[in-house]
Amino acid sequence: MGNLILKRLLLAVPSLIGVVIVTFLLTRALPGDPAAYFAGPAATAEAVEEIRVKLGLDQPLIVQFVRYIGDLSHGDLGSSLTTGQPVAAEIKRRLPASAELTLLGLLVSMAIAVPLGILAATQPGSLIDHACRVVTTAGVSLPVFFTGLILIYVFYYKLGWAPAPLGRLDIFFSPPPQVTGFYLIDSLIAGNGALFVASLKQLILPALTLGIFSLAPIARMTRASMLAVLSSDFVRSARASGLSSFTVVVTYAFRNAMLPVITTLGMVFSFLLGANVLVEKVFAWPGIGSFAVEALIASDFAPVQGFVLTMAIMYVALNLIIDILYGLIDPRMRLEA
Amino acid sequence: MSVAPALLVQNLSVEFRTRSGVVKALESVSFTVAKGETLAIVGESGSGKSVTAYAVMGILDPAGHVTGGTAMLGGLDLLSASNAAMSEVRGREIAMIFQNPRAALNPIRSVGRQIADVLIRHGNVPRKEAPERAVEMLRAVGIPDPSRRAKAYPFEMSGGMCQRVMIAIAIAAKPSMLIADEPTTGLDVTTQAVIMDLISELSSGTGMATIFITHDLALAAQRADRIAVMHAGHVIECAATRELFERPRHPYTAELIAATPDRAANLDELASIPGALPDLRRTDLPPCRYSERCPRKMTECDQPLPRSPAVAAHMVACWNPLR
Repeated sequence: MGNLILKRLLLAVPSLIGVVIVTFLLTRALPGDPAAYFAGPAATAEAVEEIRVKLGLDQPLIVQFVRYIGDLSHGDLGSSLTTGQPVAAEIKRRLPASAELTLLGLLVSMAIAVPLGILAATQPGSLIDHACRVVTTAGVSLPVFFTGLILIYVFYYKLGWAPAPLGRLDIFFSPPPQVTGFYLIDSLIAGNGALFVASLKQLILPALTLGIFSLAPIARMTRASMLAVLSSDFVRSARASGLSSFTVVVTYAFRNAMLPVITTLGMVFSFLLGANVLVEKVFAWPGIGSFAVEALIASDFAPVQGFVLTMAIMYVALNLIIDILYGLIDPRMRLEA
Repeated sequence: MSVAPALLVQNLSVEFRTRSGVVKALESVSFTVAKGETLAIVGESGSGKSVTAYAVMGILDPAGHVTGGTAMLGGLDLLSASNAAMSEVRGREIAMIFQNPRAALNPIRSVGRQIADVLIRHGNVPRKEAPERAVEMLRAVGIPDPSRRAKAYPFEMSGGMCQRVMIAIAIAAKPSMLIADEPTTGLDVTTQAVIMDLISELSSGTGMATIFITHDLALAAQRADRIAVMHAGHVIECAATRELFERPRHPYTAELIAATPDRAANLDELASIPGALPDLRRTDLPPCRYSERCPRKMTECDQPLPRSPAVAAHMVACWNPLR
């Protein structure tokens, strides 16, 4: 196992180097001139040029790149042109908000999709199978911002069950002392039940929005993979040896069917990182998605670079976790390492 | 035939309802297996050998439906028993091993745990003692270094080893009836013999009855006390092995025996049976499903087949049998 983790970690190094190079080039290739934007519409050509020199944008690409790498090695992602704040600190502040939302969204969708997929596969053609089909079709065809708006309309505006979609906490509460950056966990650590409930209330609608969005691929993959496994030889022989249907379906079939589901989870997680950008806008969530969009509109390259790099690192980490899970579930993977 | 039957199957009929029509896979299949006896069911691919076994075990595909008949195991009719009753009986009273043993084992569970699962379910073995007992089972089926092998996964073992594990799982609860569905397909010849020896050794030791499904008539001749020959979902002949080989009565059996390779000196002499199995989805299947291939066909052959009891010493389903 240790071997496998080490090998995957080493394999991640070239991808990270690639990501650093590509994000650097991409942000330089973006349309719009950061110097002109920063100088403002009334600035003279000399003023713009001055800012360009100040930002180092007049240097050849390779020089800029070397400087960027140098900064990166100190954990310095540069500073935002619009706010002047260091990007690394901003991302560190906003990442937990996005991560908490995304993980809860994934949890919600797994809690619904996996049982739904299993039931649909064990009773093909039944009511629950049709329900699964309807839910997954609806899930893929509804755009995520639309689901979010509908949920706000129904549960906040019409029914008044949910609080106003204005960020992570009602203004009457102050955030818990930071330990993990996840308000749900930090409020529990602080022993503040009211705060936990308040932050959960804020989280429910956006997490549900993300959950509905990611439901479809997980439910479909669970169903398809369970169907394939349930008709395999070893499930037949497990039935023939009289194991209870719970053991057959859960211990024998589902553990085998989980492998493709986990792969799908990885993909879904990366979709969610993208969908986050929209959901954070709709719910005024102070995450890194909304941060990146604002920076992108302002041609503010340092935050964009930092955002893409963060996402890439998360994605690599996620794939590492998936590989480890694979190894835990499937002994054949351990051998390959 | 003096011994009480371990399993008595009478008039078993099975249909598969598929998109392209109803497949009448089995029609009025009857046979019996006595305690300690080995019955071979032989027939070409698609003749319904495996379907018979699956129907008796209650593990047919969802598309398969038992449309009639009984299968008495002791006092219980396996075909009308509830799911709950069947899952108590399966593995405890009647067990099955399959062809392609590597695929028949759970690929991501160690073989020791798979045996332990069955022991816990059926063998009244406490959870704590199960791993130890699983190692004993592996030793009983002749696996060297069983305590190390118990931790191995199917992909780490040879096909023959996997089949031994399957056998260990099947006999874990000391069933009175074992169905072996082509247990040696895909194994090399020496392993085949070893596996067959193991099965007969275990069954003679415990008085367990065995149904041995194969398409290999020669192998059936070596291993079985009696042979039932199947063709297109019918049992067309059933007799003691020696009797069947010396005095085959059904024309198909006679052709099968003539087509057995070791009788022919070279390829030219190797006989083959003309024609193929009829399409079982047809609605105009003749009563005798061999009649369209049969050189001895008469006008009576369009009448429903003569019924003979499942326990007859030499049963044949033919209007114009040999001798």
